[in-house]
Amino acid sequence: MADNVTPRVRVPRDASAGDSVSVRTLISHPMESGVRRDGDGNIIPRQIINRFTCEFNGENVIDVTLEPAISTNPYFQFEAIVNETGTFQFTWYDDDGSVYEETADITVS
Amino acid sequence: MTKKTLLGGGAIGALAILFAGVGVADIDEEESLIVNGEIEMITEAAAPDHLDGSLSTIYSGWRFRSDETQAIQADDFDNPAFIFVDQAITEFNTVMGSEGNSCASCHSPGDFEMTRSTYPQWDEERGEVQTVEMQIIECQTERMGMEEPYAYDAQVMRNMSALVSSEGRGQVVNVAIDGPAQSAWEEGREIYYTRFGQLELSCANCHEQNYGNNIRADHLSQGMINGFPTYRLKQANLVSVHNRFRGCIRDTRAETFPVGSPEFVALELYVQSRANGLTIEGPAVRN
Repeated sequence: MADNVTPRVRVPRDASAGDSVSVRTLISHPMESGVRRDGDGNIIPRQIINRFTCEFNGENVIDVTLEPAISTNPYFQFEAIVNETGTFQFTWYDDDGSVYEETADITVS
Repeated sequence: MTKKTLLGGGAIGALAILFAGVGVADIDEEESLIVNGEIEMITEAAAPDHLDGSLSTIYSGWRFRSDETQAIQADDFDNPAFIFVDQAITEFNTVMGSEGNSCASCHSPGDFEMTRSTYPQWDEERGEVQTVEMQIIECQTERMGMEEPYAYDAQVMRNMSALVSSEGRGQVVNVAIDGPAQSAWEEGREIYYTRFGQLELSCANCHEQNYGNNIRADHLSQGMINGFPTYRLKQANLVSVHNRFRGCIRDTRAETFPVGSPEFVALELYVQSRANGLTIEGPAVRN
């Protein structure tokens, strides 16, 4: 279990129907690739976030598969088209089975 | 033929003299840094009097970075240093030491608004100039009853230092150089102008005489520390002032002073005083 894993998201508070809003997400995670060695020469085991999904009112917006090449504190920025008021649900899946979640609301007029 | 070559040589000589000054044209013209749409930073100011004309204008290191790097600092969400500030906030609220207190038992982060801009500072009780790190260690050992305070350059210390800096953003740097702090300040100035190492370089050689120019691939700034502790993209982590001093002196191929040493405390006081007039940007984003 990685320490201190904190997700943060930034979504505009409101938008007009049909607008494309910019969603920014960040999660603090060491993203240990599994190829680095420690001071004694032993491989530091791999531990990364391997999947990130975003859903809006239950409908999938983006589903990302992450590989070890992605560095510490993965940051994603993407556009989502919103047609109604609702909630973004963000989920990060860790190699060790942990799941981190965050939500953000948006009011659409 | 000879005459032509001589003239040509003379013309090149004249040109060389023209361009022998610092690469002022290489400093970014875009001088406006407003963080989170609200904190207005001063990235250019008249040099403080004590510089005695060795610099006419002082610039924050922000001005020497690429547009992309500059943009990262303008928003706390984009600024990766704030991940560490968040960790510091968690530590701030954590009980440590025999007294059963956390930092939050006596302080709220807002108390530190004027801290970064006035440190290093003379401490009357201790009879010495103190940096923020020294102050934290003092609190931890003398008031919180911690047997093992944070190490001077440990991750936790840098995180806490970043938290202190972040609260002081937008405040104008104003460290005292007279009174009881004066001898330390003069010692710091002495070190700043001393050539070190196999390469025999002083701080001034790069940061006063050659700011704006490149030393190999590094675009030299004036070496202002108003943005510390800095998130360095190269390190993907916070870098403290003393760590940077060590790095600089090591780059001259010299044996460096240790972090937390009185020499570096004096140097930090002097270097921070060179930025009197700029605003605290820390934790800033740099290369």
